[in-house]
Amino acid sequence: MHYSADEIMTVSAARMLRNGAVCFVGIGLPSKAANLARLTHAPELVLIYESGPIGAKPSVLPLSIGDGELCTTADTTVSTAEIFTFWLQGGKIDVGFLGAAQIDRFANINTTVIGDYDRPTVRLPGAGGAPEIAGSAGEVFIVLRQTQKTFVERLDFVTSVGHGEGGDYRKRIGLLGGGPAAVITDLGILRPHPTSKELTLTNIHPGVAIDQVRAMTGWSLSFSSSLEITPAPTTEELAVLRDLEQRTATAHGAAPV
Amino acid sequence: MARILPLADAVSELVQDGDQVACEGFTHLIPFAAGHEIIRQERKNLTLVRMTPDLIYDQMIGMGVANKLLFSWGGNPGVGSLHRLRDAIERQWPTNLAVEELSHAGMVQAYMAGAAGLPFGTMRGFTGTDLPKVNARIKSITCPFTGENLAAIPAIRPDVAVIHAQKADRTGNVLIWGIIGVQKEAALASKRVIVTVEEIVDRLEPPPNACVLPSWVVSAVCLAPGGAYPSYAQGYYDRDNRFYQLWDKISRSREQFLHWMKVNVLAASGPVNFREKFSNMERVA
Repeated sequence: MHYSADEIMTVSAARMLRNGAVCFVGIGLPSKAANLARLTHAPELVLIYESGPIGAKPSVLPLSIGDGELCTTADTTVSTAEIFTFWLQGGKIDVGFLGAAQIDRFANINTTVIGDYDRPTVRLPGAGGAPEIAGSAGEVFIVLRQTQKTFVERLDFVTSVGHGEGGDYRKRIGLLGGGPAAVITDLGILRPHPTSKELTLTNIHPGVAIDQVRAMTGWSLSFSSSLEITPAPTTEELAVLRDLEQRTATAHGAAPV
Repeated sequence: MARILPLADAVSELVQDGDQVACEGFTHLIPFAAGHEIIRQERKNLTLVRMTPDLIYDQMIGMGVANKLLFSWGGNPGVGSLHRLRDAIERQWPTNLAVEELSHAGMVQAYMAGAAGLPFGTMRGFTGTDLPKVNARIKSITCPFTGENLAAIPAIRPDVAVIHAQKADRTGNVLIWGIIGVQKEAALASKRVIVTVEEIVDRLEPPPNACVLPSWVVSAVCLAPGGAYPSYAQGYYDRDNRFYQLWDKISRSREQFLHWMKVNVLAASGPVNFREKFSNMERVA
């Protein structure tokens, strides 16, 4: 079955989530992947959104982090203060699932500005809950499209810490969560090297050339000696994903021009 | 005790130029009608506080009511940028907007400290990020028991909290349900509290443990049905995701933005039930 680069990215990200895990979900690509996982191999995945819903089971993808359906399908909805204080900082989250505007070789993330902070070329939305998700979740998955603009040698701003300067950086500065375990892109999957923590390409999606991944990375990318080809999305995965996207489009509609 | 007031009277009396104003609502129950009234009354030099500035702050900033913003995430959720916010930060239009930013957990701690009467909130956070480099008010303290290094964020104590709720009774007790965000914390941290509501009822009949703001912590309750539109009020109407997408187009150019505000907000003499007006989207253009 034919599939797009975005589809294999979403499917690969969804496969990362084990059934029963407690997952703190960012809006956009992370939410799409987490809901795909819940609708395929991980029906008992617990989705927590920062607006307060715990155990949300939306039938369509929320446009915002606080769409009503997240609350009405949740096991419970608590205050935003409680979500961050008790549930995230309190160590109840297995997996944090984040997007990013820029990422570096140690999976540090920028979602604040492109260019100088005081005179930015592009003002991005800012931190949201990402810094504390990156700090406190048991492990972190990051999903974003891989380009020269997103995979950069040096971040314009460190909004959320991945593996910092590499090695045992997280431990040294006292971060309790495990940090990024995988970065899933439209070209492949990168994982931190066991000791240096530098992102290493461990999976390449079918039909993607190594030179293409290299060209879309702003630093000299390391490749795993046991580089694997990502299994193509199954017919079921694609059918569920497309059905979810279709339901979502019908629910939110297109803006009239 | 809260007074039941027309929204225009509440804003006129309780929101002054130069105030620190927190219009809260985490995607749900965003106080659009109250924000529009603040714009209509041409308040100036406000410090706007909000975890997630969305369309209402885009409109308020674009209309020049604010000279400072304290926030943690400023975007049009699921759609993209807030073009008026970006224009203010990137090109100082219509005025130079000072920005102070935290993370969500940082904002939460600052509101909780404000509500708790403490000078600061504390949390694990900001370590290794660039946020303390651009916000000098993010400091650190050492835990006296474990020696752990923790972040310290000064309390937020707004002059006015502005929130929208589902309903109030005739004595001004307020009931909120669904995604309740940080409204309770913001209200209890503030000197004055304006609550707009979908309806005012004889009997509130809250279930036990419900989120209720008793009348005596609220300054004014104002009837504003549809007052959260295009955000939503659980049990009353859904979020109009189409309007959020449409706003991306309306707000891209200064001229189109100003025209929209003039026709739809400034020209009105009081609160407009935007939900009634815009639920049929064909009428917007």
